[in-house]
Amino acid sequence: MWSNVEILTAAPVFIVQLLLNGVLIGAVFALAAYGLALVWGVTNVKNLAQGDFVMMGGYLGYTFSNFGLHPILTIFPVAAVMFLYGWIIYKLVINRVIQRELFTSLLATFGLAIVMQQGMNLIFGPEVLTADSGFKTRTLFDGLVTVTDIRMISFVLCGLLALALVLFMKRSRMGQAIRATAQDARAARVMGIDTEKVYAFTFSLNSAICGVAGVLISMIWVLQPFYGIAYSVRAFVIVTAAGLGNLPGVIIMALGLGSIEQFSGFILGAQFQQATVVCLLLIVLIWRRLLLQRHRQVLQ
Amino acid sequence: MHKLFRRTAIAQALAISAFVGFGGLATLPAHAKVEGDTIILGSAISITGKYSQEGKNARDGYDLAVKMVNEKGGVTIGGKVYKLSVKYYDDESTPARTAQLLERLINQDKVKYVLGPYSSGTTKAAAPVIEKYKIPMIEAEGASRSLFTQGYRYMFAVLSTSEQYLASAVALAAEVAEKNGKKASDVKVAMAFENDPFSLDVRAGVLDDMKKFGMKAVIDDKLPRDLSDMTATMTKVKALKPDLLVVSGHTKGATTATRQLNEMNIGVPLVAFTHCESADLVGKFGKGAEGILCPTQWAETLSYKDPVFGSAAEYNTLFLKTHPDYKTVPYQSAQGSAAVLVWADAFKRAQSFDTEKLRDAIAATDMMTFYGPVKFSKAGNNIAKPMVLRQIQNGDYNVVAPSKFASHKLDYPRHAGGGSMKQASK
Repeated sequence: MWSNVEILTAAPVFIVQLLLNGVLIGAVFALAAYGLALVWGVTNVKNLAQGDFVMMGGYLGYTFSNFGLHPILTIFPVAAVMFLYGWIIYKLVINRVIQRELFTSLLATFGLAIVMQQGMNLIFGPEVLTADSGFKTRTLFDGLVTVTDIRMISFVLCGLLALALVLFMKRSRMGQAIRATAQDARAARVMGIDTEKVYAFTFSLNSAICGVAGVLISMIWVLQPFYGIAYSVRAFVIVTAAGLGNLPGVIIMALGLGSIEQFSGFILGAQFQQATVVCLLLIVLIWRRLLLQRHRQVLQ
Repeated sequence: MHKLFRRTAIAQALAISAFVGFGGLATLPAHAKVEGDTIILGSAISITGKYSQEGKNARDGYDLAVKMVNEKGGVTIGGKVYKLSVKYYDDESTPARTAQLLERLINQDKVKYVLGPYSSGTTKAAAPVIEKYKIPMIEAEGASRSLFTQGYRYMFAVLSTSEQYLASAVALAAEVAEKNGKKASDVKVAMAFENDPFSLDVRAGVLDDMKKFGMKAVIDDKLPRDLSDMTATMTKVKALKPDLLVVSGHTKGATTATRQLNEMNIGVPLVAFTHCESADLVGKFGKGAEGILCPTQWAETLSYKDPVFGSAAEYNTLFLKTHPDYKTVPYQSAQGSAAVLVWADAFKRAQSFDTEKLRDAIAATDMMTFYGPVKFSKAGNNIAKPMVLRQIQNGDYNVVAPSKFASHKLDYPRHAGGGSMKQASK
């Protein structure tokens, strides 16, 4: 472990490499996390199948690219299909559990995750798949640091998408209705907002966002029917740490999480890369509890 | 009513078996699974779940061998010709199901001759069951070293065990170093192994061989089960410049390592991964897969032969003709076929359906197959067959080590982005 730290102190250029890799992939995590926060905030459903929506988006993109479409362009049809899929899932499953207690919606989305995993496994098989973007790798610092174009492009795409979402939430009628419903569903209903439609739209929008994240993942990393859980966990860690309705927080946490994964992978070994994420969640939860405790004491 | 019927049926069954037993009329044990002129072998194997593809590869191997043994005259026991057939259950790639379904095969379906499941984990679950019922099993897809340290009597494996998988890469690195005027002990090795029983065995084999040559490990990472990123490990590889990089993490390890090795422009002179073929590295990365070394249980260019399939090359042609959906023959299929050949051979030599006699006949196996020589150690693993190392050269998998079986020369060193300066020499 210390020998790995020595490498970083002796050749700080590798810190740049780790940071770049972490921040660029973190942007994709931010997408999935934002979608999760959206659904959580508006419908109060904690979607345990979040990561599986990401994987499904990746597989759809992979399928479209097999028809001759460039993988990066598949984000458009994938977003459309995933939006539709989200709508169907909302009507079939989510709207039945939305008013129920927390445990019911957790069970329902957990079941959904299993069905989606097995479905993808049946259709695409258990082997890992990747889509090839065909983009180049750029080298910096005499070849010691490399960045792939696809990572940079997806970083920019994630940024644009986040911007579009912010504008949509602020400016459009539907965006305003979503925010109103998130604040107080009953009041929104009284004001004439069709909350049922808002819920369905929010869930579908999340599904589409996950789809885009999946397409980017398929070109940067790999797809596997059972890998969704890793993205679900990351999204939960980010949202729990950042809090609901806090987009800047989500982005900062996601980029930070991506980088921390890289550093822990380098210093502690690849086996701790994802374990660090879970440890972080634990630390965040303990820290929050302590804060709350202090808050309560002040109140007393 | 239903209960009554069941009771009567049991009583009848008892009466019949008692009759057969007392009369000593039959050459068969009371319940042996032989229907008419067909001997039923059984297997609980992955049809769905994470091993569904490998499970299919294995089943295709079993089925092809059954078909060929039957076409070549079947198995003659006591002057009567019998055909083989296999009854399958889907273990959903979970060890607990494998054990359950084996119990079902043995107790309910009365199958007495078992072919193994796919993967070491499921085989590990199957072994105690067959030991309990004293039913012989010939397995072809569980390579974990730990399977052969438990003193199991009824399990036999036709394949090389997992610690042999990448050991040949270490030997090759030593050979190359000495050829280039360096000492074998100067070779720096980077290791990345998944934290699962199979890969940890592979690692143990690599470590044993490294110790033999006095080599040092500069990186020793364990990969998580849901691996999709190795950039942190690869950054270390870039910083420490090892002479040999060995990775074992099933298809995800091979895929991720190949992609990121190329993306990060890293040149390691010797690179060896397990599961290159099932990960379809050539199909996925084209030129980026050039120069990677892949261990294999079997290659169609090897000079092994048997009377059922002919040579390894003939098996290859026949398999691809029977299954046009495959581009190359997976070694899982070849070893599956070999397991069936060993069963057929054991029946012929034992001239009996008795499981004990069959077990002894299997233990005494000493035969040549298209897949390689088969001879079992006391622990049940095949000690006659070596692992071979192939290198991806111009999109083909060519045998380059051990030199005794090599059909092609090693391309050395591997450069960043794949391939070497030299062209593959045929």
